[in-house]
Amino acid sequence: MELFGIFFAAFLINNILLIRFIALCSFFGVSTKINTSIGMSLAVIFVMTISSAVSWMVYHFILGPFHLEFLRTAAFILTIAALVQLEELYMKKMIPALYQAMGIYLPLITTNCAILAVAFLAIDYRFNFLQAMVYSLGVSSGYSLAIILFSYIRERMALAPIPKWFQGYPIAFITAALMSLAFLGFANMFGL
Amino acid sequence: MSLWRDFNAGIVRENPVLRLMIGLCPVLAVSNNALNALGMSVAVAFVLTCSNLVVAAIRKIVPDEIRIPIFIIVISTFVTISDYVMHAYFPEIHKALGVFVPLIVVNCIILGRAEAFAYRNPVLNAVLDGLGMSLGFGLALVSIGVVREVLGAGSIFGLQLFNPAVAATVMVLPPGAFITIGFLMAGLNKLENKVR
Repeated sequence: MELFGIFFAAFLINNILLIRFIALCSFFGVSTKINTSIGMSLAVIFVMTISSAVSWMVYHFILGPFHLEFLRTAAFILTIAALVQLEELYMKKMIPALYQAMGIYLPLITTNCAILAVAFLAIDYRFNFLQAMVYSLGVSSGYSLAIILFSYIRERMALAPIPKWFQGYPIAFITAALMSLAFLGFANMFGL
Repeated sequence: MSLWRDFNAGIVRENPVLRLMIGLCPVLAVSNNALNALGMSVAVAFVLTCSNLVVAAIRKIVPDEIRIPIFIIVISTFVTISDYVMHAYFPEIHKALGVFVPLIVVNCIILGRAEAFAYRNPVLNAVLDGLGMSLGFGLALVSIGVVREVLGAGSIFGLQLFNPAVAATVMVLPPGAFITIGFLMAGLNKLENKVR
């Protein structure tokens, strides 16, 4: 039940894109087409799960015992950057089909702040390993839900008559505001 | 003359937030009141100026192939410093900004300026570029923060202007950030068209 609560809190209530405002660059950048946003979502789910597992271990087994907690910013970002490189190499060799599907999004992910944010938040909430895993799964599913929904709207919007000054980014922001309003309706369903 | 150009580029002409659309996450997340926006701007200004200074100073001894990891180490050092200083002296603001203080390290503005400007220019120009860019960032951030606080809570920097019961609370909630920046950009588009 507790894990269920963590998952839904991360998935809907504190949706990383629409409520927390993390990783917005990718939200507006790759959401113009449905296919690219699906590719990006897959890559985020994949990388976020692995990197939050590794950074949890780095924090609790390396930084913690040596009282080096103040190094966490540097340690996490280097861990994530190295991990993304490794994953890219591994996938290219072992799972070429999957690599084809999300290949170009992998390097972009190093600078996706959601990955780093989840690593920090899992530490700040004092999650144990299982909770951290469920949390990162919830966050990445929430990311996928929001970005895929948003890209469907944007594809429709390309055909809609929009006031001249609002074309492009402004109308995208207004659309995001309405989506965020809808997600706000889930507030207070679970704690966290 | 060129020093002055480097300084004022970031304020309007290449304003990082409104023109280049980078570093958006903190702008939307911490602009729910003017004071948080100011705290974030100061933290970013410190990190950006210091990292530009260091990157420009070491640019001749950094091997080209591994410059990005080196920049990230430099940036994360200053982020850690500002994180701890803020925690010690301004615990309230630190708590309100939360995870966004450590996240300054992945703010595209900072790595972007290190790579695009500081790595190619002398120390003085790089410092001025950092100051100008952070001023532009701060102006955008604080103006969004002021708009949201006035409309959403009826106050400015915590000073009550009118009865908060008549204020539109949605403006201090997450959707308000999207609405404000959407209208701000539409307004800028219109202005730009008029100037032409």
